[in-house]
Amino acid sequence: MRIAVASGKGGTGKTTVAVALTLASQEPVVYADCDVEEPNGSIFLRPEITNVEKVLVDVPMIDEAKCKACGDCARFCQFNALVSFNTPPLVFSDLCHSCGGCAIVCPTGAISWKKVPVGEISFGSSDGGRISVVQGKLAVGGSLAPPVIRKVKSYLSDNVFTVVDSPPGTSCPVIESLREADYVLLVTEPTPFGLHDLKLAVETVRELDTLFSVIINRFDEGDSGVEQYCEEEKIHIMVKIPHSRLMAETYSRGGNLFDAIPELREVFRDIPLIIQRGVEAQ
Amino acid sequence: MKIAVPTPGDTLESPVDGRFGRASGFVVFDTEDGTFTVTDNGQNMNAGQGAGVQAAQNVASTGADVVIAPSFGPKAFQVLKAAGIKTVFSAPGSVKENIDNFIAGKLKESDNANVEGHW
Repeated sequence: MRIAVASGKGGTGKTTVAVALTLASQEPVVYADCDVEEPNGSIFLRPEITNVEKVLVDVPMIDEAKCKACGDCARFCQFNALVSFNTPPLVFSDLCHSCGGCAIVCPTGAISWKKVPVGEISFGSSDGGRISVVQGKLAVGGSLAPPVIRKVKSYLSDNVFTVVDSPPGTSCPVIESLREADYVLLVTEPTPFGLHDLKLAVETVRELDTLFSVIINRFDEGDSGVEQYCEEEKIHIMVKIPHSRLMAETYSRGGNLFDAIPELREVFRDIPLIIQRGVEAQ
Repeated sequence: MKIAVPTPGDTLESPVDGRFGRASGFVVFDTEDGTFTVTDNGQNMNAGQGAGVQAAQNVASTGADVVIAPSFGPKAFQVLKAAGIKTVFSAPGSVKENIDNFIAGKLKESDNANVEGHW
C-alpha cells in the first residue's frame, strides 16, 4: 500500500507526519522523498546512503548542417525551449520537457538527443534495514521536478508499505507524487492560510479520484475554520496533533514527533490499518 | 525605427516596467511617424517558466529594432540578440522620456544580461 503525505500550504508538517508514519510502522517500509526541491526526510530518518544515481533527461541537439532553419520545431515547442528567427534554433534545455515533438516535426532529421542530468536519487536504509529510503533531489538551479519524482517512483513497489513525502502546493510535482498512491493524507494547520490551501489540495485529490483524509497539525492553535470545512465537506480528520513547543525544539534538532509526544506513536502505528480498511471497503 | 518599452500601462506617459519578461505589455513606438502600438504580454506575467524567452519573441514579432528596459535576464537577452534587437538600459522616468533619451544618445546599450533568471 502506498500512502502519500501532501498539503497545499508548505510548512504544515508533511515531513513530520511522513517520518512519523514510517517510524511507527512495525513492518518493512519504504520512505520515498518526492519533495525533490528540498528533500529533508533523511535528516530525521538518518539512513546510511548506499548508492546514488543520476537522473538524466533527453534534450534536443541541433545538427546545423542538416537544419534548414524552417522554425517548425520552435513553433511546435509549447515550453519556449526552442527559438528560431529563420535561423537554426536556440536551445534552452532547462525549459525542455523532453516530449520529443520537435524531432518529430523536423522535416530534415536535424534533431537528435543528448542526456543532461537534472537531479539524483539516493538509496539508503535505517533501523537495521527495516526502513528503506529513496530520496530524489533536484539539481541546484534545475526547474523541472517531475522527471526526478518519476524516477523515485520507478523504484517503488506495490508490495511494500510505502510512505511518499510530497512537495507542497498543487502543481505538477504534487500531481506526479500523488499519482498511483492508494491514499492521501493532507496535512494542514488551523489558520486561514492553511484552510485556503487545503481547499485547493482537496480539489486536486478529488480530481485524481484518490481516497484521502486530513491531519490537523497544531490543532489547538488558530481558528476552527479547517474543522468546520471538513465537517461541511464530510472529510474525515484522521489525527489532530497538538501544538507543542517541545516538538518545535525537537524538530529543530532533527528529532521526530514521538521524541516530543510519545503517546502519538500508537496513533500513527494504527493509521495504515485504518486506511487499509477504508481502501478495501471501496 | 521601432522602439519597444515594457510597461504596466498603455500610454507614452506610463512608467517603464521593472521587469522585461513579466511586464504586462510593451509600448512599441515608431520613430518614422511618431505613432505607437501596445502589445499584450499578459500570458507571460504568470508563466511558470520561459517568460523571458516568450516575451523576447513577442517583442521580435512587433518588428522592434530596440528594446529599452531596466534589466534583461539571460534567456531574454540571448533571444533578443538572435533576433538582432538592440538592448538598452532604461533610466527612471516614463516610456516617452526613455525613448527621447535613447534618441538623444543618453542611454547605455547593454552588452550582457544584467540579472539572473527568475529575478
